[in-house]
Amino acid sequence: MSDVKQEAATVAPTVAVMDQLPDASIQGQSPLFHADLATVAKNGPKTGGVTFKEEALMGQITLRLNAENAEQLKAAEKALGVALPTQPLTSVVKGEVSVRWMSPDEWLIVVPGLKAFEVESALHAELSGHYQVVNISGGWTIFKLSGANVVDVLKKSTIVDVHPSVFPVGKVVSTTFAKSSAIIRRSGESEFELVVRRSFSDYLWLWIQDASREFGLVVEA
Amino acid sequence: MFYIYCPYCGEHREEEEFHNHGQAHIERPADPDSCTDEEWGNYMFFRKSPKGLHHEIWDHVAGCRKFFNVTRDTVTYEIKEVYKMGEQPKVVAE
Repeated sequence: MSDVKQEAATVAPTVAVMDQLPDASIQGQSPLFHADLATVAKNGPKTGGVTFKEEALMGQITLRLNAENAEQLKAAEKALGVALPTQPLTSVVKGEVSVRWMSPDEWLIVVPGLKAFEVESALHAELSGHYQVVNISGGWTIFKLSGANVVDVLKKSTIVDVHPSVFPVGKVVSTTFAKSSAIIRRSGESEFELVVRRSFSDYLWLWIQDASREFGLVVEA
Repeated sequence: MFYIYCPYCGEHREEEEFHNHGQAHIERPADPDSCTDEEWGNYMFFRKSPKGLHHEIWDHVAGCRKFFNVTRDTVTYEIKEVYKMGEQPKVVAE
């Protein structure tokens, strides 16, 4: 925070980083691996009010720095290829990289799983001073909900108002979702991305099936 | 239920997203070793419970996870103001 004195590191910091997903030949298992969504998608209905897709095995990186430090903002932009959104509750997407505002000094960066190490290393290479970069890919997964009735399902599940007048495309909120929590981003008129905790993903998958039953749930693999 | 304005997110959210951390502006004694037991006890254990204006710390736990201060009337439950950490309240009891 701005009221905390931040001194530039006098020695080059040594940060232990590890490539958690070295190449695609090692089979990754998403938190919903056991649900076998590919088979559910194949055998399930093809039309309905709500479409569910797990964006499995994406790379998630949490970045913390001082948003009032122009040098750090510039370094992060150089590493990511896109400027950090400094307006509260906003997000930016450029190519394969998306950045969500989480807090005045925190952002969530989402990239394809195999790119996570590259982006993490680039951030460490560019940034200096008091900052934090952590690969949190293993702790979270992303659900994509879309369809004509997606707003109806969200209304049952979360306490935030998702009306387009107060929740436009690109807005991001961290909030409660079905007694759990989620980072909800509106990625389209009737399309939302939920970043949810790995340990809650099975519960939320069951919740979403139940909440969207009356509208018809289509699963995409 | 409160509808609380988070000064960091810049919008109102429901109380469910927040957690109350009690009385605000409690100053830790600068030199605990030179405190009397009474001074330390007052700092550690004694809290105000006013009927009327009260300054409280709240945490936006489900949102941006930042702490901030709220001035609230404990009689009417009306939130008079919300201000960031490190700031002083504008609305104070007479």
